[in-house]
Amino acid sequence: MNFFVDALPLYLNGARYTLLITVGGCALAFAIAMAVGILGSTRSAALRALASVYVEVFRGVAALVLMFWLFYAMPLLTGYRLEPVFAAILALGLNIGAYGAENVRGAIKAVPRSQYEATVALNLSWTQRMRLVVLPQAWAQMLPTFGNLVIELMKGSAVVSLIAVSDITFVAQQLRTFTGETVLAFAAALVTYFVIAQVFVALMRLAERSANRRLGRIPARPRRRAKPAGAAAKGGAA
Amino acid sequence: MTFDWGFVGEAMPDLLTGLRYTVQATVLGYAVALVVGLLVAIVRRGAPPLVAGTVHWVMEFIRCTPLLVQLFFVFYVLPGVGIELSPLTAGVIGLGLHYAAYTAEVYRSGMEGVPRGQWEATRALSLPAHRVWLAVILPQAIRRVIPALGNYLIAMFKDTPLLFAITVPELLFEANQLGGQYFKYLETMTVVGLLFVVVSVPSAIAIRLLERRYAAV
Repeated sequence: MNFFVDALPLYLNGARYTLLITVGGCALAFAIAMAVGILGSTRSAALRALASVYVEVFRGVAALVLMFWLFYAMPLLTGYRLEPVFAAILALGLNIGAYGAENVRGAIKAVPRSQYEATVALNLSWTQRMRLVVLPQAWAQMLPTFGNLVIELMKGSAVVSLIAVSDITFVAQQLRTFTGETVLAFAAALVTYFVIAQVFVALMRLAERSANRRLGRIPARPRRRAKPAGAAAKGGAA
Repeated sequence: MTFDWGFVGEAMPDLLTGLRYTVQATVLGYAVALVVGLLVAIVRRGAPPLVAGTVHWVMEFIRCTPLLVQLFFVFYVLPGVGIELSPLTAGVIGLGLHYAAYTAEVYRSGMEGVPRGQWEATRALSLPAHRVWLAVILPQAIRRVIPALGNYLIAMFKDTPLLFAITVPELLFEANQLGGQYFKYLETMTVVGLLFVVVSVPSAIAIRLLERRYAAV
């Protein structure tokens, strides 16, 4: 018990770094996912090729390798040394952003064709079409996968301990060395990560509900199966 | 600072030795994940609610916590209770268990896709449990999840650099060592990144082909 009382402030301090990297990485990954995902769903073959090269390359390289490259190799190339936290945010953001881009592209493609045809009939510009019609519907579709990616990114942030950022994992390693309480040190770290993950899961679930409500879709209940599936699935209140 | 191609040539043999460990860890870890994941999926379906619920939460816990910390846990804790492990074995166990939590979900979705009638038929024929699973349910369930399982093989391959942290001499470990020795991080790290792309892009394409072949079941 004593161990936990002494160690708690250290873990909380470590959690600050983990959260900072998670939130920063998510912001970057989200921006990339949206930009690259929308590029990947345009009609221009060149833009689509660009998007898919990005996705394949950054999905193909492990986040840890990318982070090591940014941290160790890039300074030799450019002479500019990145802060470890920033290198981590960049590596995780670029990596998870590639997964997110595929998700965005898939969600945009899943918006029914009739919706596009309606925007053409209404003579909406491309921006209006995306902003008012396509993205709000795609948004509800992409959120569940985004939720998984947030957890992946949060878990991925543990690798920063290898470039000496004092996140939760780093704290656990240090406690192991100094106190010898191997089991407690790592068990406490695992539980801390689990709690953080559950908070993110709950937040994402709230976001999903609000996205569905805005589309006039009632949060799915297993009982409501009376209507034919096609009519119920895409009912829009707007 | 320019890119030293000569050094890349010199470093290649060591890097390829590292790649051998990477591949070894991936294949063994994947085997563990496939077997354990399947057992978990069957237990969650067949066991009494209390056992199934416990297994569910254990898997949820594994899925929500970082692989790196789990690797440390296996690597540092098991020797403490008298189980001596080589770094590679610890890595294979860690990778395998972590991914078992994912493959279990994949198998589960495959089992849910097997029509109810098939379950009812096994009941009507009063088949013994092992025949129900081996002869009826699994052949249908696994077939449709082969592409999803393949995706996790690639994902696992990309997670093997984490074994670097528990001193498995895999690709990143070798690169880091060579980089430190000669201060040639740029060359070694770039080559490691390229090797990963070279392996994972063709495998992603292979998975897409698999998907096309098995999707229309």
